[in-house]
Amino acid sequence: MTNPSSLDTFCDWLKDTGFSLTLQSVEWIIPLVQTVHILAIAAVVGAAITLSLRVLRAKGRPQPGTRVASTPFLAIWVALPILLVTGALLVIAEPARDLENPVFALKMGLVLVAVAVTFVQQAWLRRTTGDGGPVRRLLQSTLAVGSLALWAAIILAGRLIAYIQSF
Amino acid sequence: MWIDTLLSSLEDTPLATAVRENSVLFPALECTHVLALTAVVGSIAMLDLRLLGWVQRSRPTSQVVAEVLPRVWLAFGVAAITGVLLFSSNARSYAHNNYFLAKLVFLAILGVNMGLFHRGVGRKIGDWDTALRPPTGARTAGVISLTLWIAVTLCGRFVGFTRVTLPPP
Repeated sequence: MTNPSSLDTFCDWLKDTGFSLTLQSVEWIIPLVQTVHILAIAAVVGAAITLSLRVLRAKGRPQPGTRVASTPFLAIWVALPILLVTGALLVIAEPARDLENPVFALKMGLVLVAVAVTFVQQAWLRRTTGDGGPVRRLLQSTLAVGSLALWAAIILAGRLIAYIQSF
Repeated sequence: MWIDTLLSSLEDTPLATAVRENSVLFPALECTHVLALTAVVGSIAMLDLRLLGWVQRSRPTSQVVAEVLPRVWLAFGVAAITGVLLFSSNARSYAHNNYFLAKLVFLAILGVNMGLFHRGVGRKIGDWDTALRPPTGARTAGVISLTLWIAVTLCGRFVGFTRVTLPPP
């Protein structure tokens, strides 16, 4: 790299702030924050597996609908803000490691898609009464399995941030 | 120590050497391990919280057990296999890591906790299946499981931050 970009300047500034320096210097903070991050994504994965299998197994029987599906969706919506806060702390602690990393950008893109898919999935299940018919069932299964695959990809990308660096 | 000799020979197996030296294998196993552990913890937590009477109170506990346990075992199998392979690559170092040892102890207690649940209060699940708040024994099993899975995750993450460097054998 020749001239520092404005992103470089921002990362340099952020990593020298008092808050970032505290996160960097107390050695147990990062692993602790990462653990909370992992536990929160575990809640999301557990919920996404439940939703996928419930929708796939609902074949011919009335859809689980809002009542049964609400716990997994609730788990996802509770976990997301925790993921956001712990994720932000990790970025503040090591700005360039994330913000200048293409895998991190990919991960954030996937998160946006996964959140949108989850939103659509929930809104749709809520409005479906009874079985919903084969076409609707197929689409709902696709959404459920698709969101599970997205969350899995997000976890993989998250782990690979540590391995793939481009600066 | 004899155990270090044993672990040394584990490290020298072709598979362990491949995991240690191949630049793709270790991260691939680690990714699979993390995916599997999120599936384990995320699934078992749902059952633990039902045992505590905090979520899914309208469903019988046995239904949550039946829904969750098969996937917990499947994911745990994947986590255990990938875990053993990761361990084999640097066996002596991990064996001297206190976080790693603590993780193993917690996993053993989790196994005992599960065994006691199924032999004890879980055997008479028919008596309290639809109870909004399961009996003390069941709630205790839920608290222990939830707490120790969190501890296992924590220890696992700390292992990655505390590589023990050993003198050459």
